[in-house]
Amino acid sequence: MKHLLSVADLTREDAVRILDTAAQMAATQEREIKKLPTLRGRTVVNLFFEDSTRTRISFETAAKRLSADVINFSAKGSSVSKGESLKDTALTLQAMGADAVVIRHQASGAPHTLATAGWTRGAVVNAGDGMHQHPTQALLDAYTLRRHLVGDGGRADVYGRDLEGARVVLVGDVLHSRVARSNVGLLHTLGAEVVLVAPPTLVPVGAGAWPARVSYDLDATLAQVRPDAVMMLRVQRERMSSAGGGFFPSPLEYARRYGLDARRLAALPDHAVVLHPGPMNRGLEITADAADSPRSVIVEQVANGVAVRMAVLYLLLAGRNDGSAA
Amino acid sequence: MTTTWWLRGVRPLGGDATDVLVVDGVVAALGAEAAAQAAARDDVRVLEGAGHVLLPGLVDLHTHLREPGREDTETVASGTRAAAVGGFTAVHAMANTTPTQDTAGVVEQVWRLGRAAGWCDVHPVGAVTVGLEGERLAELGAMADSAARVRVFSDDGRCVHDPVVMRRALEYVKAFDGVVAQHAQEPRLTEGAQMHEGVVSAELGLAGWPAVAEEAVVARDVLLAEHVGSRLHVCHVSTAGSVEIVRWAKSRGIDVTAEVTPHHLLLTDESARGYDPHFKVNPPLRTQADVDAVRAGLADGTIDVVATDHAPHAREDKDCEWAAAAMGMTGLETVLSVVQQTMVDTGRMTWADVARVLSEAPARIGRVEDQGRPLAVGEPANLVVVDPAARRVVVPEEQATASRNSPLRGRELPGRVVATFLRGRATVLDGRPVDDPDRPGVAAGAAVGA
Ligand SMILES: [Zn+2]
Repeated sequence: MKHLLSVADLTREDAVRILDTAAQMAATQEREIKKLPTLRGRTVVNLFFEDSTRTRISFETAAKRLSADVINFSAKGSSVSKGESLKDTALTLQAMGADAVVIRHQASGAPHTLATAGWTRGAVVNAGDGMHQHPTQALLDAYTLRRHLVGDGGRADVYGRDLEGARVVLVGDVLHSRVARSNVGLLHTLGAEVVLVAPPTLVPVGAGAWPARVSYDLDATLAQVRPDAVMMLRVQRERMSSAGGGFFPSPLEYARRYGLDARRLAALPDHAVVLHPGPMNRGLEITADAADSPRSVIVEQVANGVAVRMAVLYLLLAGRNDGSAA
Repeated sequence: MTTTWWLRGVRPLGGDATDVLVVDGVVAALGAEAAAQAAARDDVRVLEGAGHVLLPGLVDLHTHLREPGREDTETVASGTRAAAVGGFTAVHAMANTTPTQDTAGVVEQVWRLGRAAGWCDVHPVGAVTVGLEGERLAELGAMADSAARVRVFSDDGRCVHDPVVMRRALEYVKAFDGVVAQHAQEPRLTEGAQMHEGVVSAELGLAGWPAVAEEAVVARDVLLAEHVGSRLHVCHVSTAGSVEIVRWAKSRGIDVTAEVTPHHLLLTDESARGYDPHFKVNPPLRTQADVDAVRAGLADGTIDVVATDHAPHAREDKDCEWAAAAMGMTGLETVLSVVQQTMVDTGRMTWADVARVLSEAPARIGRVEDQGRPLAVGEPANLVVVDPAARRVVVPEEQATASRNSPLRGRELPGRVVATFLRGRATVLDGRPVDDPDRPGVAAGAAVGA
């Protein structure tokens, strides 16, 4: 693995290896001294063209726990709007000797361009690009699902295992969601069954080719599928205004038809868990009852995010010889 | 005085080999008569045809020459030089320049630059609306009456989306036998659109440009053209649905013509998978089913012409992430090869058909009287000699256009333009532009530039 750009680049074996490595990383994080010397002397750049404090902090924490040097580069708010700036920024970071570039960008494909245009020799990690991919989010979701759904809840017996047969329902704004695209791909790779539930306006034309079923009816889906997990996607309130595309009539109607509340929570099988990539719109796609219930693993997802990102950085960088280390 | 040319053993429209004698810019004789007359003269230059195909000089209905305004990407001189290399003897220069070609003054300027450069005839396209804003008709009559004699009007790059404005334009140009060339794109359905909306856009997370956004406008426009009895031309048809609508409109007797670009004949939306902006274009590359449909439409005459939509762009506008990149690709120097590969070598069209779609029909639609003519005695010697057996690899850096944004980099294509003649004067010989300092236009060009 040279870069992590899309879950489509991962075989089942790659993905399981990342999850297993993340489990080892998580074990080290229960020690008193959390820091590992593994990436000492390596430089990880967080290149964020779009605001996302939580994702940046997660990557930063992961890199620091592996003893890497971290540079945070926020291009948001500068006069940067054209692509040339991505190129110039990349060349600058290259000159500074970045071993890995963690990039968040509003344009789908920007990490792919960064990795293939010859602007950097470092490993590129996609931390979310437009409506395309957010592979570490899907990996941390898979890691969380595996912890709860596979084996007997212990740790050791999940090593090497995938999510064969798990039934996962994703609900919300699939159209604009890189989290949905990443999860559909990775969950399929890991053997899970995926059902997407959304108003038809928020399902992309072309999604029929995805390895997932599509439903417009949340209640019917929960009753029929009896899911092992429900993953709620963030919905932006502005999507309902005509300027935002007019995708649904009102927040209230959205919440009624597609929100996860106490009633729907009660309809889930006893073992089912609730996930959300955050940040949540409480009262829109999820109520406080659901978000704060014992079924919710939303807070745990955050902790798992650090372990998964440690695993990704470790696997990308630890074995890597850039030839300049003489 | 132009050179007297003896084209020996060329195959007019791909037919039997014969000789052609060009004297004073006119086809003076054909066959044995040409050989006999040539032998009697002492001022003859010979071009060995060697079985190459002879076509009337190509006519492009859709070229972006970028001057005035973006001379860093192309000028009238560089663009028409590229056109000559591609086999063209006339191009229609699109109106989206800066300032816009929406007045008699600007279209005359472009027309004069073309005359001065001398590589091929430049017929400026006039904007339909002032500043391409889609609100107020530009002075179409003044452009028609100007020295540039504008007959094709287009807001290309933008769609004349207001149905009332479109109706008025269609009606108004009847006064001077003009035609409105529509870039069919419903603007609300394509806000922020990045590529064809379908399986690939869903996966890549790029905002979709749905086929219906083109087809809805094409359908509306053919009905408008029928209602007011006007002539409509549909630019760069890209979808199977648009082909169907145009076919239906023609069957009803509606006076509509349509064009397809070489890239829509060759490439699909699968090209976007690497996020390489060289494949970003408007309208976007569609699916294989659409490619099959435009090929069928071109073969059966539903689509009248192949037009390049040659759109040069600066390197920085393609050397970036997809969303930030400009839309468009160059095409003047590769179009004939693409048509050969997709239509001739596949047995769908003959070389006579190629002459029809790349010369005769575009000249007729643009009301260009001295182009797209039969290969016959007394006709102006606007000619192109093509070696269909040649093969070449596209290297954008070696092209004559000032820009490098070809989507065909590294591709091997069949066919090569050997020579181009503009009214008997060789603008291209042995595949290379003839940079002749004595060419009449060059001196005039210096005067204009001063
Ligand atoms: Zn156009």
